[in-house]
Amino acid sequence: MCLIARYLEERGIATIVVGTALDIVKFGAPPRAVFFDFPLGHGGGPLFAPEQQLAIAREAMSVLENLSEPGQIVNLNQTWPEGDAWKSAATDESADDVRSPRDTTPRYQLEEDQRLAEAATGG
Amino acid sequence: MNTVEYMRTIREKYSKMGYAPYGWHEATDTPPWARLAKPLSECRVGMMTTAGTYVAGQEAYFYKDDTSHRLIPSDTPVENLRFSHLTENYLPDARRDPNCAFPIEPLRKLADEGVIGGLAENFFSCMGAVYSKRRVDEEVAPTIYEAFAAEGVDVAYLVPL
Repeated sequence: MCLIARYLEERGIATIVVGTALDIVKFGAPPRAVFFDFPLGHGGGPLFAPEQQLAIAREAMSVLENLSEPGQIVNLNQTWPEGDAWKSAATDESADDVRSPRDTTPRYQLEEDQRLAEAATGG
Repeated sequence: MNTVEYMRTIREKYSKMGYAPYGWHEATDTPPWARLAKPLSECRVGMMTTAGTYVAGQEAYFYKDDTSHRLIPSDTPVENLRFSHLTENYLPDARRDPNCAFPIEPLRKLADEGVIGGLAENFFSCMGAVYSKRRVDEEVAPTIYEAFAAEGVDVAYLVPL
């Protein structure tokens, strides 16, 4: 994503990267970024937490408007609602991994999605 | 508590799974800068995620270097949003509440409030997890730029998975 952010800014589109993996965002050095210490998959915020989700978007937009030099990663003052227990799971390399194979078969969330998509393309 | 070392963790996990090591690109130069030419309240805002978001009825992503993207109308009902991404372990919450990874309702609210000037007609997704920097530079980034440019956006809100 950092590569894309840089590509867009070089061509005149202002960006804000909303990151939850601080080491990855630092490594990619996007023009503008915010960070909050949430599990991956929660760049929008916690589950069913519309007010916190809105607060994150509002603060990220404010950062975008107010930053004046490239390369800053602003730490938003956001707290994950369930403490830090998720961090041990995130680094548990013994955990089972049941993901689908890395191949070229589309992986639908729902079976009915596949039927809908195939009907749409006449497939 | 310290932040999670994702790069180290993911390298070790992929090694155990027999995946080739994923290589992040380290940027060491000063990032480019597009000055915001007008107040945010007058800006047209687009969004993109690398969470593999698609709309029911669209083709899902596949997991081996899928460089395609999807157009997601910014008025899509959240119940029609789906996720398809190599790292399925990060998707369970987004599959229940798509705003976790694709904050479409918060952006609609900010537009309604006038905090931002308006939304692009279409938002975008891709899957990320592309192993080749060359393919990101030559395929993904130019395509996404053209897509944002066609939407006439001033601002791109970028949400990595």
